[in-house]
Amino acid sequence: MAEITMIDAIRQAMDDELARDENVFIVGEDVGKRGGVFRATVGLFEKYGGERVIDSPLAELSIVGVGIGAALYGMRPICEIQFADFIYPAFNQIVSEAAKMCYRSNGEWTVPMVIRAPYGGGIGGGLYHSQSVEAFFAHIPGLKVVIPSNPYDAKGLLKAAVRDPNPVIYLEPKKGYRLIRGEVPDGDYTVPIGPANVTRQGSDLTVYAYGMMHYYTLQAAEKLAGEGVDVEVVDLRTLYPVDKQTVLESVRKTGKALIVHEDNLTGGYGGEIAAIIAEEAFTDLDAPVRRLCGPDVPAVPFSHPLQDWFMPNPDKIAQAMRDLAAY
Amino acid sequence: MELSNDIQLEMYWMMLLSRRLDERAWVLHRQGKIAFHISGIGQEAAQVGAAFALRRGEDWVTPYYRDLALMLCLGYTPRDFLLALSGKQGEPTSGARQMPSHWSMRKANAVSHSAPVATQCPHAAGIGLAIKMHKEDKVVLTTLGEGSTSQGEWYEAVNWAAIHHLPVIFMVENNEYAISEPTDKQMAVASSADKACGMGLRGISVDGTDVFSVYRTVAEAVADARAGKGPTLVEARMYRLTPHSSDDDDRTYRSREEVQEAKKKDPLTVGRRILEEAGLLNQAKIDEMETRVKEMVDDAVKFAEQAPYPEVADAMFPVYAEEVHRG
Amino acid sequence: MATKVIMPQLGESVVEGTVTTWLKKEGETIAEFESLLEINTDKVDTEIPSPAGGTILKIIVPEGQTVTAGTILAWIGEPGEVLQAEPAAPPAEPVEAKPVEAKSVEAKPAEAARDLGFISPVVARLAADKKVDLTRVKGTGQGGRITKKDVLDYLEKGEKAEPAAVAAPWETPGEGDLFRPTELQFGAGEMSAAGLRQAQPATPDQPAAPAQPATPAQPAKGGEQLIPHTTMRKRIAEHMVNSKHTSPHVTTVMEADFKRVVAHYEKNKDVFARDGVKLTYTAYFAAATATALRAFPLVNSSWSDEGVMIHPQVNLAIAVSLGAEGLIVPVIPNADGLSLLGLARAIHDIATRARAHRLNPDDVRGGTFSITNHGTSGSLFATPVINQPQCAILGVGAVQKRAVVVEGDAIAVRPMVYLSLTFDHRILDGASADGFLAKIVDVLNNWPD
Repeated sequence: MAEITMIDAIRQAMDDELARDENVFIVGEDVGKRGGVFRATVGLFEKYGGERVIDSPLAELSIVGVGIGAALYGMRPICEIQFADFIYPAFNQIVSEAAKMCYRSNGEWTVPMVIRAPYGGGIGGGLYHSQSVEAFFAHIPGLKVVIPSNPYDAKGLLKAAVRDPNPVIYLEPKKGYRLIRGEVPDGDYTVPIGPANVTRQGSDLTVYAYGMMHYYTLQAAEKLAGEGVDVEVVDLRTLYPVDKQTVLESVRKTGKALIVHEDNLTGGYGGEIAAIIAEEAFTDLDAPVRRLCGPDVPAVPFSHPLQDWFMPNPDKIAQAMRDLAAY
Repeated sequence: MELSNDIQLEMYWMMLLSRRLDERAWVLHRQGKIAFHISGIGQEAAQVGAAFALRRGEDWVTPYYRDLALMLCLGYTPRDFLLALSGKQGEPTSGARQMPSHWSMRKANAVSHSAPVATQCPHAAGIGLAIKMHKEDKVVLTTLGEGSTSQGEWYEAVNWAAIHHLPVIFMVENNEYAISEPTDKQMAVASSADKACGMGLRGISVDGTDVFSVYRTVAEAVADARAGKGPTLVEARMYRLTPHSSDDDDRTYRSREEVQEAKKKDPLTVGRRILEEAGLLNQAKIDEMETRVKEMVDDAVKFAEQAPYPEVADAMFPVYAEEVHRG
Repeated sequence: MATKVIMPQLGESVVEGTVTTWLKKEGETIAEFESLLEINTDKVDTEIPSPAGGTILKIIVPEGQTVTAGTILAWIGEPGEVLQAEPAAPPAEPVEAKPVEAKSVEAKPAEAARDLGFISPVVARLAADKKVDLTRVKGTGQGGRITKKDVLDYLEKGEKAEPAAVAAPWETPGEGDLFRPTELQFGAGEMSAAGLRQAQPATPDQPAAPAQPATPAQPAKGGEQLIPHTTMRKRIAEHMVNSKHTSPHVTTVMEADFKRVVAHYEKNKDVFARDGVKLTYTAYFAAATATALRAFPLVNSSWSDEGVMIHPQVNLAIAVSLGAEGLIVPVIPNADGLSLLGLARAIHDIATRARAHRLNPDDVRGGTFSITNHGTSGSLFATPVINQPQCAILGVGAVQKRAVVVEGDAIAVRPMVYLSLTFDHRILDGASADGFLAKIVDVLNNWPD
């Protein structure tokens, strides 16, 4: 097993799937010769040609809309949105077309496609290169929303997404592209869409996180272990449909829940986890459910101190854990 | 491209069937028996002409909500339509999930569409892309109103098809009104076909009340598409003889005199005159057709009246492809 | 309300000043800002303007005496006003003492019905499912809340369960008595937790003690219930009465502005936490007290017939609530040699071990001064009972935001805390006790960044 970065894992997954199934193709801005602005598709244009690694017009709506059409025909498009912040022009096609196709045709039509989008802050990207968009899509029946937090899951989940018969929103924690490394098997494997992953066993409280925040949460949990607080960490991985069973099992064990995401607090994904816990595990709770999220400002500011203020980090997460542990 | 006598009569028959079904829908609505109808009266010639230019069942169609005649040509039945109008069990396009006239017919490669206009256009481009990637000689017909050509979805779809020389026919059914807004509120050009010149594809405007003219024009476009010459934009000019929908009152925005004037170019009248002049049609034949149509429409109404409503338990599915139980 | 005249701190490095001349005598009237006295310090000789207009009620520091900055020099008030903090008023004393005694006696019998605080859903469910009497479960959560773990520990180990010290126990409200005799905890040198319980002295029952003057008999009414004394209750009563009989108690109260302490706390709690130390306000009180004890060795003492014994070491005893069991007062030896971090660590250590009944006998011996933080239960100020044979005890009230008049006659909202010092009037006079307390106030008010 080789230790590789997130971005390498993502590229490997696409390479594998392009080789495995000739119906798989990639479409997006700069994905061809340039290999993507984050270099996620480097080498694939040379290997599979411009007909399968397609440089699209600079128009997100049709990157997705054309992908939907191809998927209806039986193709397996991987649509790259350069930054999640740019996904809104395609919102109608994702939410009103791809997501509803199966239901509105009573199963006659399905849309097997993947929409990849780098999301999240901490890279100095300012308001329009830092956004977290998961809450919009994790609200939509018909979509599946996954966010990997490590290279193993990144590869396995992307391969599963490509093979999934539904539209899958695959959000990539861009700050972790080259920061997060991990061992990834060379052979073919998938990580199933759906199950969450308990990445750290603990007894005092549960922290639910995903993507970059999961990476930080594990660091904070290690710190807390040194202070005698035993933290359980759940990597949600699939935000929609959510793995209720794992969410509930963990909080039933610990009695305390903290949800961490960098997306804005209000209406954020954490609210849904909190609601599930409140509805179905109320009598297991030993403390109020807590959320540590980005503040309710429109997006991540550019200037570094302002960005640091916005972003949750291991220290902020550790403090939130301490506060909850002390309750 | 010459049409046999039987085919020409069949084209007239399809227009007549569509017209009488559509009229009956208005009657049922005014009787309080159905909740909603959106009409295609006045647009039958363009739809039937285009449908007959296709290899029906093999080529692809992404239609819009006025395409009753087009869908009848693809195999949609009066019974199907009445089930849709009354929201009854067994409705084939959506299981009575969608409002009436939101088509889908997988066996005819007619794709499910939504209500926001022009959303079907990028799908047509994507299907065209898939056909091209598979190196097949199929084509895609997508239909839309002239109001839809104001949408970015349409521009992006046309742009894609033009860039990649995709086998797509964009047929604009220009009925002069987008609900209440006349054409000069939608575009600064005289014809929506004029929009083609700036986007790198052919644009042709045709008399949409003459089924045979439309047939010839679309057939040429189809032949070009099959030959790899890329997409064509066809504008079929016509007049929407009814209000926008059963909820609309067109007297608030256009005069009765204007409507009466347009009825002189009713596609059924135009088609009948051409066929009578060719000696293919006479009053006796028309009477026979009308009798058969009335029987079919009556049968469909009775069939739908007796049909049960869908089971509420079925409304939960199928949101995802895994939940589809075919057959 | 009388106004203090204090020795100002004239310059960063100046810690004390000498009264050279009083410009007014007791009983004279004075206007605000009128010169009251002249002082001399290492850096400055100056006149001190009166902080208030009125009558000079009392001059505390005579001419020629050197006192630390912050020491009360005089009181100014209305003519005829009686000083609350004036120690030389014997009639006031028993009046003050009574409520304390009454309160402590009444609090204990109510044990079974004690306020359990917030009961979380899971605790409620566990209690219902497993039929747990929550009044028997010790709470270790915030504010003494019973946590899920507390219930599980109770179920697993029974009443002997020693819940893990999740929250700092000294932050939890006490349950009436300020002190529990150490011999109750460590009878006849027994150390183990098991031995501890068995070691409860088998004192024969005594008839109800009408001799206890602080327990006024209640007139009998219908429906009264007699709760028999437990052995522990009797021993506590003996201890309290003994202390009251041994030394004449006088309590003086001052208030401190906690602004700088709060700022320091907020800034440093995370830093301390990184070192595994939970910083609490108690650590600041302990630090300030240790500093003051070093400056006023007379307070760090014990009375004997031969003379006042000044203790060479500052051994701070900190009252730790043991919930329903009572309190214990473990000792931090040589507290004046510890940094704030060291104090916080030591407090955490002894308190945790106290809760776990893992204190050694030495941990509760040798205390030279005691601190009780009754403010955690909301008390503003109290008149604690001296832990014999010590000279004094500091009571710490609740930190409370109050509107106060600050420099320039502006009104500001400040976190304020009342500090009450109960002292043995045989050893200390009012002035020296006030000087000591003023020193604590001064350290807290001027806590460095």
